[in-house]
This record gives sequence, structure tokens and C-alpha cells, in this order.
Amino acid sequence: MSERKALLNRLNETSFAVDEAVLFLDTHPCDKEALCYYKECAAMREEALKEYEKNIGPMQRNYIEVCDVWNWVNDPWPWEKGGNC
Amino acid sequence: MWNYEKRLQYPVKISQPNPKLAQVIISQFGGPDGELSASMRYLSQRYTMPYAECKALLTDIGTEELAHFEMIGAIVYQLTRNLSIDEIKEAGFDKYYVDHTTALWPQAAGGIPFNACQFQSKGDAITDLCENLAAEQKARTTYDNILRLVKDQEVCDPIRFLRQREVVHFQRFGEALRIVQERLNCKNFYAFNPEFDKEKKES
Repeated sequence: MSERKALLNRLNETSFAVDEAVLFLDTHPCDKEALCYYKECAAMREEALKEYEKNIGPMQRNYIEVCDVWNWVNDPWPWEKGGNC
Repeated sequence: MWNYEKRLQYPVKISQPNPKLAQVIISQFGGPDGELSASMRYLSQRYTMPYAECKALLTDIGTEELAHFEMIGAIVYQLTRNLSIDEIKEAGFDKYYVDHTTALWPQAAGGIPFNACQFQSKGDAITDLCENLAAEQKARTTYDNILRLVKDQEVCDPIRFLRQREVVHFQRFGEALRIVQERLNCKNFYAFNPEFDKEKKES
């Protein structure tokens, strides 16, 4: 597995856990177990996001590490070949 | 406000183009029970929704549906890459091709364009949540129908993910409906509309 694929998988998995926790908490805002689960998942996602951006490239346009060129425009975009792995 | 992340919610990696299949799956891009309808439905309904939990849920599911709209776009795009004119003709893709080449355009499988009449934003919490429950089931049925037509595992995989999300959203909207009903008069949920009849006190 390429480094990009591994880091993206990690980000997708942790983000999905956050997505699920968020929807559950919307209808169960006082559920202590779910609140702890959210906290745990959100921290893992944050770490995965930082790792991806440090090693591969920008994921969100507001956290771009500025160098000589604006690398936000770089291919592949998510729908393209290689954009998902 | 929204933030874009340069990734799909779930990976779409299709190696074999199949324009015939693309014409079916595009229904979930702009069709009656598709992801664009779903997103616009929830993101429109939320403004007048009176209960905080339900406002949050409509915002968060409406946002996730945008990510699903992007995934369906990626599936259709990857199924129509590098086609020859002969492949386009053979697959019956010529009728779409003549108007849109291989660009994405929100329409149903039968060619009917995306239309806001495909969803409701009614301004009544019970009505809207019942609409949403039905919408999630209709989308789930559409994905089941698609899965019966698809043999390619690379296509089935993200479609199964999307189908599963319909089931989860149905569950969450059911909980939202229960939250709304608990705050209304249990002897008559329809005694007043909490989105409009502000002067009446909730029981």
C-alpha cells in the first residue's frame, strides 16, 4: 500500500467515525458514552488529517502550508484516477 | 458556511468504463430520489424547523448528502472515461452525449432533468420528517435496484456504502420525529404546527 493510500484510508476511516458520532449525538445530545466516543474519534481524525497534510498535500484550503507554488490546485482531485488511493 | 475537503467520503475507484451503467446510476445524481434532491430537501427544511436537535440533524445529513452527490458524480465520471464514439453508440449513450458530451448533468435515468418538485419543504415538522423518512427509503430502494443491475464489484462497493447510509439516516430521522412528537400534545400531535402557530403554547 502506498503511503498516500494508507494515510488517506486512515483519514477516511476516522472521519467516518466522526460523521456517525455527530448524527447520533444530534438526536442523543446527552449520551455520555457517545460524547466520549466523539471526543476519541475527533482526536484520531485530527491526527490523521495533520499526518496527511504534512506528508501528502493540502486537504482543506484553510490549512495550506504556503511554499513557492499554490499546491491546492495539484491533481489528482477526488473524482479522478489516483484521487482515492 | 461550508468547508471542502479534497477527498471522497468513501473511495470510488472504477477501472472498467461502462456507459450503460452510468446512465442508470446518474439517477442518484439528479433523479427524484437522488442525492442532490436529498441535500436540497434537508438544507431547505432546516430554516423553519423549531427544535435544535432537528436543525442540527437536517444540517448534518444535508451536508453528508452533498458528499454523496460528489461520490455519485465520481462513479458516473469514472464509468464514462475514455469512450470511443462506437462505445457511446453501442451503449445507447448517444442521446446523453449529444447534449452533455461526457460532462455531469443532474438528470434521472429516464432523462428527466433535476427539478425542485422532486422534494418538499413544507414548513411543518411532522410533515417534513415523514417526507424525509420516505425519501431515505426511496433512495434505499433505488440503490437496491441499482445493485441488481450491477456485476462490477468496483461499482457495487461504493453503491453499498451509499445504500447503508440511507438506512442510518432513516433511523436518525425516526428519532427526530420522536423528539418532535414528545414535545407536542400526545393526544393530538396536529393540534398546532410548531413551525407556524407560535402564539399557542406547547403542552
